Amino acid sequence: MKRSLLWAPLAVFILFLIIFMTGLLSPEGQIIRSHMIGKPLPNFALPAGLRNSAGLRTQDFQQGKPKLLNVFASWCVPCAAEAPQLMQLAQSGVTIDAVAIRDRPEDIANFLARYGNPYRKIGSDRTSSIQLALGSSGVPETFVIDGNGIIRYQHIGDIRPENIPEIFAELAKAR
Amino acid sequence: MIAEAGLAALWLAAALAGLQLMLGWTGLSHQRDDMLAAVRPVAVIQAVLTLLAFALLIWLFLRVDLSVALVAANDHSEKPWLYKFAGTWGNHEGSMLMWVTILAVAGAAVALLERRLDDRTLTATLSAQAAIGLGFYAFLLFASNPFARLDPAPPEGQGLNPLLQDPGLAFHPPTLYLGYVGLSVAFSFAVGALVTRNVGPSFARAMRPWVLGAWILLTLGITAGSYWAYYELGWGGWWFWDPVENASLMPWLAATALLHSVTVLATRDGLRAWTVMLAVVAFSMSMVGTFLVRSGILTSVHAFAVDPRRGTFILALLAIYIGGALALFAARVGTVREGSRFDPVSREGALVINNLLLTAVLGIVLVGTLYPLVVESMTGEKLSVGPPYFNAAAGPLALVLMAVMAVGPLLRWRRDELRNLGRRLAIPIAIAIASLAGVLLLAPGIRILPFLGLVLALGVGAASLAPLWKRNLRRTPLFIWGMVIAHLGIAVSLAGMASESAFTQERLVASRLGEAQQVGPYNIKLDSVMPIAGPNWTAIEGTVTAVRGGHSFALKPQARAFWAPPTETNESAIQTVWDGQLYVVLGRADEQGRWQLRLWWKPFVTLIWAGGAMVAIGGALALLGRLARERRTAMREAWA
Repeated sequence: MKRSLLWAPLAVFILFLIIFMTGLLSPEGQIIRSHMIGKPLPNFALPAGLRNSAGLRTQDFQQGKPKLLNVFASWCVPCAAEAPQLMQLAQSGVTIDAVAIRDRPEDIANFLARYGNPYRKIGSDRTSSIQLALGSSGVPETFVIDGNGIIRYQHIGDIRPENIPEIFAELAKAR
Repeated sequence: MIAEAGLAALWLAAALAGLQLMLGWTGLSHQRDDMLAAVRPVAVIQAVLTLLAFALLIWLFLRVDLSVALVAANDHSEKPWLYKFAGTWGNHEGSMLMWVTILAVAGAAVALLERRLDDRTLTATLSAQAAIGLGFYAFLLFASNPFARLDPAPPEGQGLNPLLQDPGLAFHPPTLYLGYVGLSVAFSFAVGALVTRNVGPSFARAMRPWVLGAWILLTLGITAGSYWAYYELGWGGWWFWDPVENASLMPWLAATALLHSVTVLATRDGLRAWTVMLAVVAFSMSMVGTFLVRSGILTSVHAFAVDPRRGTFILALLAIYIGGALALFAARVGTVREGSRFDPVSREGALVINNLLLTAVLGIVLVGTLYPLVVESMTGEKLSVGPPYFNAAAGPLALVLMAVMAVGPLLRWRRDELRNLGRRLAIPIAIAIASLAGVLLLAPGIRILPFLGLVLALGVGAASLAPLWKRNLRRTPLFIWGMVIAHLGIAVSLAGMASESAFTQERLVASRLGEAQQVGPYNIKLDSVMPIAGPNWTAIEGTVTAVRGGHSFALKPQARAFWAPPTETNESAIQTVWDGQLYVVLGRADEQGRWQLRLWWKPFVTLIWAGGAMVAIGGALALLGRLARERRTAMREAWA
């Protein structure tokens, strides 16, 4: 066997390394957002999530001011994790309405007593039908809705402290 | 304080790995025996320290210490204890800590138990092991610290992912990791032997149990993974040529080749350079596999948390170790004298063909796995090379490989006559011809690959029993039994694959309640569909009655929806009978109230995994047999 042939495996390996490097350095694909962005909210009128309070309707989002629509559930652990961030947003003057998914009034009340209540109104979606109509695939998710009821932005997963600036920025854009 | 103690133990272990490498290096290059003598104890203490760090991390998970970021992200106080325990390595950082722990313990085992190799080669081996360890310690400490604190600590952990709460996931990763680490030990032996130019039977005998052990675990891991995908994904397939599956198949192919060439080196002192090369390739494949899975540069049905920075780190390690080993190989192997010669018609000859075919299959899988990556880097398009490529390219080679596998064990070492071989193979060939006629008569229309597969499976099955022919079965060494059972297992598995691909009947129907369908020998009726609720999911559950020749049983397929995180899974209903499996998946309802049902009748599909289990059992017998024989030899030498 020729001595130079012994270096062939190393050469092949270096070729692979180059391929791997270009693969690592190339930009990543975008996460697929809801196709509902830029479209008006679907029509809905949900019963109240808490006893003795008002429900949530599409018209609540057409009053000229941008709002957050938070999709949550009392049985969802990440929702508890994002509660402090929602409280912080509410305390800085953001209006947050919520859709509670497959939930019971007493469980919602317990959840809010434990983690705080950042919501102005809560609608109860017992069958997930409004959640699906929103193009939301899970809880928690948060939508920015402008004053005309158009969906402007979707945040998938819990809102972490580092996400708060982008939520504010999206609210400002929706103004 | 537990987390800090763990981190301290990890740093100390890393420092000891550095010391181990330095002592070995200087000791070897300056002929300092006192330094060489220190390497073994350092390797043992290093293992104790990593074990301590890993035990402390397990403790943190068991007591749900949420001030540790990793625990907060993956644990939950209401998890059952088994999943708190297994959750320790059900995440990136924990699994990497487990990796180095196994690596260090394997190094300590080599240091404590290995007595066959000369001291210099052993020290060089342990130094190579320390160099690998050092890279992974750096990876842990700088890019994935498992003990990082979280301030403020959250009130509850985030990890209650129901999909990960499966006993299989508690044991699947450790099995594969043990296999990968076993290959890393083989790699270190190869590097050690190259450094001291001692590539001979004693090196092969020291390396063989590690290769065999790693190979058994990889076999188990792949078999279990294949059944899990078959059972859980609800697609009715048992192998998808998915990058993550290929990532575990490639090290297995290399390890299979290595296993056979190391035997040639240990028994006949042949194939020296080739065995060293394969040891390097086998470990490279397990690192490439880890890199592909962890860096996320390939799209896969398996979703892992990925991080490009970590990918870069693993790539750098890959470049250093594999590049270094290949350079060492190129520089040194020319000075390794080639071992004994042999005729083309001989056991060695058959094993060389086996090795070449396995390597070719490995190359095909590697190219198919990386091709999408190459295309994406050049054109930016995402594509996937599916089963059409892999089956067409690797299938025929695999069938030739089977035939060689049947012939090889019947050949004598060094030199044999083709005439004698014909005599030994008479019965298997007769069986193959009979089955050829039988398949042509009973199933005339089947495709060529499954057809050849069935015929070969029967012939190879018979041939793999032939080494036992005319032997006194009670005095046959355990490792011969191991070989026979492993080869028979391959034939059994091949029979299952061929039967599945030739005779599977699939029906996709939209069925009203009470309507009857036929699939294979079964008459199927959808009786009812009911919503049911589990602890963290809701589902619709169908009740399906299957009738065959007067016997009936009920199947309950489910379509489940989990809440957090939102995931839909199909819980397929599978009924195993002696001659196959009935596989039912429930889909959605259409507007007219008809339910989508997927029905499969898969004759003899279970043979695929039964064969895999036989291969692993055969490997275990061979390992036990080899260890027992060496023990006896060692004792005899001690008495003499």
